Amino acid sequence: MAGLAAAFGSGAMTNSIADLGEADVALVIGSNTAEAHPIIGIELKRAAKNGTRIIMVDPRRVRLADHAERWVAIKPGTNTAFLNAMMSIILAEGLADHAFIAERTEGFDALRRLIEDYDVDAAAEICGVTAEEIRQVALAYGSAGKASIVYSMGITQHTSGTEQVRAIANLAMLTGNIGRPGTGVNPLRGQNNVQGACDLACLPNCLPGYQPLTERGTLDRFCDYWETDHELPAESGLTLVEMMDAAVAGELKALYIMGENPAVADPNQTHVLEALEALDFVVVQDIFMTETAAFADVILPAATFLEKEGTFTNTERRIQRVRKAVDAPGEALADGEIILRLSRAIGLEMDYETPAEVMREMAEVTPQYGGVTYERLEATGGLQWPCPDADHPGTPILHAERFTRGKGAFAAVDYVPSPEQVDTERPLILTTGRQLWNFHTNTMTDNSPGLAELSDHPYIEMSRADAEPLGICDGDLVEMTSKHGTVTAHAHVGRENAPKRGVVFMPFHFADAPANRVTSSAVDPTSKIPGLKVTAVRITKVKTPSN
Amino acid sequence: MTTTFDTTTLTVTIDGRRIAARTGQTVLEVCRENSIHIPTLCYDPRLKPYGGCRLCIVEIEGLRGYPTSCTTTVADGMVVTTESEALFELRRSVIELLLSDHKVDCLTCQSSGQCGLQDTAYEHAVEMPRFSGELHVEFIESENPLIARDLTKCIMCGRCVRICAEVEGRYVYGFTDRGFDSLPNTPYGVPLHDAYCEFCGQCVSTCPTGALSNKLGKFKGRIWEVEHTETTCGYCGVGCTLDVSTKNGKVIDVTAPLERGVNGGNLCAKGRYGWGYTHSPDRLTTPLVRRDGELVEVTWDEAIAEIAERLTAIRDEHGPESIGGLASAKCTNEENYLFQKVLRAGIGTHNIDHCARL
Ligand code: SF4
Ligand code: SF4
Ligand code: FES
Repeated sequence: MAGLAAAFGSGAMTNSIADLGEADVALVIGSNTAEAHPIIGIELKRAAKNGTRIIMVDPRRVRLADHAERWVAIKPGTNTAFLNAMMSIILAEGLADHAFIAERTEGFDALRRLIEDYDVDAAAEICGVTAEEIRQVALAYGSAGKASIVYSMGITQHTSGTEQVRAIANLAMLTGNIGRPGTGVNPLRGQNNVQGACDLACLPNCLPGYQPLTERGTLDRFCDYWETDHELPAESGLTLVEMMDAAVAGELKALYIMGENPAVADPNQTHVLEALEALDFVVVQDIFMTETAAFADVILPAATFLEKEGTFTNTERRIQRVRKAVDAPGEALADGEIILRLSRAIGLEMDYETPAEVMREMAEVTPQYGGVTYERLEATGGLQWPCPDADHPGTPILHAERFTRGKGAFAAVDYVPSPEQVDTERPLILTTGRQLWNFHTNTMTDNSPGLAELSDHPYIEMSRADAEPLGICDGDLVEMTSKHGTVTAHAHVGRENAPKRGVVFMPFHFADAPANRVTSSAVDPTSKIPGLKVTAVRITKVKTPSN
Repeated sequence: MTTTFDTTTLTVTIDGRRIAARTGQTVLEVCRENSIHIPTLCYDPRLKPYGGCRLCIVEIEGLRGYPTSCTTTVADGMVVTTESEALFELRRSVIELLLSDHKVDCLTCQSSGQCGLQDTAYEHAVEMPRFSGELHVEFIESENPLIARDLTKCIMCGRCVRICAEVEGRYVYGFTDRGFDSLPNTPYGVPLHDAYCEFCGQCVSTCPTGALSNKLGKFKGRIWEVEHTETTCGYCGVGCTLDVSTKNGKVIDVTAPLERGVNGGNLCAKGRYGWGYTHSPDRLTTPLVRRDGELVEVTWDEAIAEIAERLTAIRDEHGPESIGGLASAKCTNEENYLFQKVLRAGIGTHNIDHCARL
């Protein structure tokens, strides 16, 4: 969420789930909310009933579109052009909030130069929509008293994801839609504790609470506090994708993997498998024998969230308790307990009796968590950070008086075409995503009786318009090929969530037909997020099922 | 846009008690807030007031008849009586009528002990139904792995129909036919899966009887035998509050407490039904170390010693930057904190990431 942090000083959801319903207009862009975040989907459906105008911008007719005033079928990877065209119209129509811009932001002039004479017709052409559609969306958002933006991986999983997020932040600041109920920029986090993992610095480029590790002073304070013997470098480590590259290059020798399954989840699967193969030493700590565990030298049995105590931080920055309901099977241990044992074995003494004690240390070194204790979590049911001290009630809405970084920063970002462009050989755009009954790489849902039976087989969704000329009917077995690889699955033609013409969709959950075998690992240069949402592909029919 | 309640306070008198209330609240809401019990069957705080079951009737001074408290909004100075002989008898006859066309099956019904009909029948001393009509419905659907529907136990409260329409916006159910033969059903009575059901189980969560029940927990435990643990869902970033029911160390059901957490009693299919993996026989249960290509079972001490030895050797030979760690968005905050601490302070590297980027 590097783009948002650069604009506002914090990359987290600015507002709360409960306040989405306060919006007059909610622009939902690149988020299949009803399937990926169902309870937020409910909140938006309720809002729609009570008069919030919902506008969906997505290449697929995702389920929430049934409740939206409008569905704009945009070409994957072109959101920045769309957003800039919107801003151009808002500015021309006199709908910009100049008082807010003057008082609360900086860098507007550069953006003004970019959007003043923006060619809306050219943008419409790029996005595969009409100029009138952009205009209607711009007027709806621009004239709303309170307008909120909700987005998810449809925005971030692009090689230009950081620019797209900046463009979203620009739009919100241009109209003063920040810091009040029913407004804001709201990225929805995919997995349950992505927010917490980021807050607590499971990231190569910062220390807990997003404190910079390039500042020697800050880094030294942590080194002292942690009583480490090691000289930590004041420069960022490697990201996941970079680690895979380094492994193939022979520079990374060992990888310790806690609860992840990169062999399925990562883009460009072939490259990942090569990396895992190349490593000298791999530890996998997980609940199941995953595809990644097949490469491990040591495999450690871990506990599920139902078998341990702790906290998760949700997408709206709410820190909530996780409580143990059952014992872990056999000798399986909570991940935290395993880390403590390892830590002692490598000579870093860690003696915490309980997770509550770990929280006490976290609160001491993480300013946003400063006032969080287990006692308070029990009493309140959850606290939204920043919660800097023991008397602070938590913060439902960020940037209310001032931005976390002081002034909100505009950035003149323009549309950059994705490196994956269609041509005669690969005429379709593949976009990947989640599906309701499956989760991530499926190790949990596939092993849960009931859900496992409901979940679909791997499939590729396409529009009738694209399928017919290829002689493909619903249910046919098809082969999809990109520059990076090939995958075979059944075609879903023209069904409920069919994508627009020229676009095909495949969920990434399935190990036996991983969509990530055909995606590229090219990453956004700033956020290092891979561009999973745009891959040029060709589809051919393999056979029609015999029945 | 949520309608912002006018917060002006009113004063009402309920059963002789003077109580402060807010404009726009219903009589039932005021009673619930003040722990005054009124029996209900068609009420769910997640839904709009319906006024269908007539169990929540009260007496209000100056109003004729017996208004339903779930649909009557409070007015300043209102005087309400929630219990009287007349109310008792009226409620009692409603329950008797419902039971006359009900497959009374409490012996092994999954809802026994948490059933609105059973509770209100008990409360109103209904021993044997006075009326006994024909049991006219025969509708049982069990073609999916999650939700059992036995409409011989349906009391037509409409909660399933309303939660699917009002909260989920899915309209899987509607009332079919009319009058005596009316039923909450899918179009043409097709199985749920064919009616585009998402299996969120919200209908099961609101059904006051055993007409809709969860198959996963069936015959695994009675409500009075289970232990409850409140926790946070381990799937997506919404962070719903869960109530996990366990018996003999096994999860048997997951529900959401009403009016708590970000979800306020609602759940999706993953949160409600996606817990079985915890008890999967395929779980890893012993540490394993690869020796000559084969994975062999070892003790924790051996496994940890092996890791420590190998990592230290690699660090000494190639430097700390030759080691990396992937943390997990599925692990707790405390665990993620410790993970990055051990890599940074224990190994000396910033090569730490997790799959937020994906
Ligand atoms: S099935 Fe249950 S919730 Fe639906 S109408 Fe019948 S009793 Fe009410
Ligand atoms: S119940 Fe569903 S919406 Fe709620 S946190 Fe779990 S997965 Fe997300
Ligand atoms: S609860 Fe009021 S009529 Fe049913």
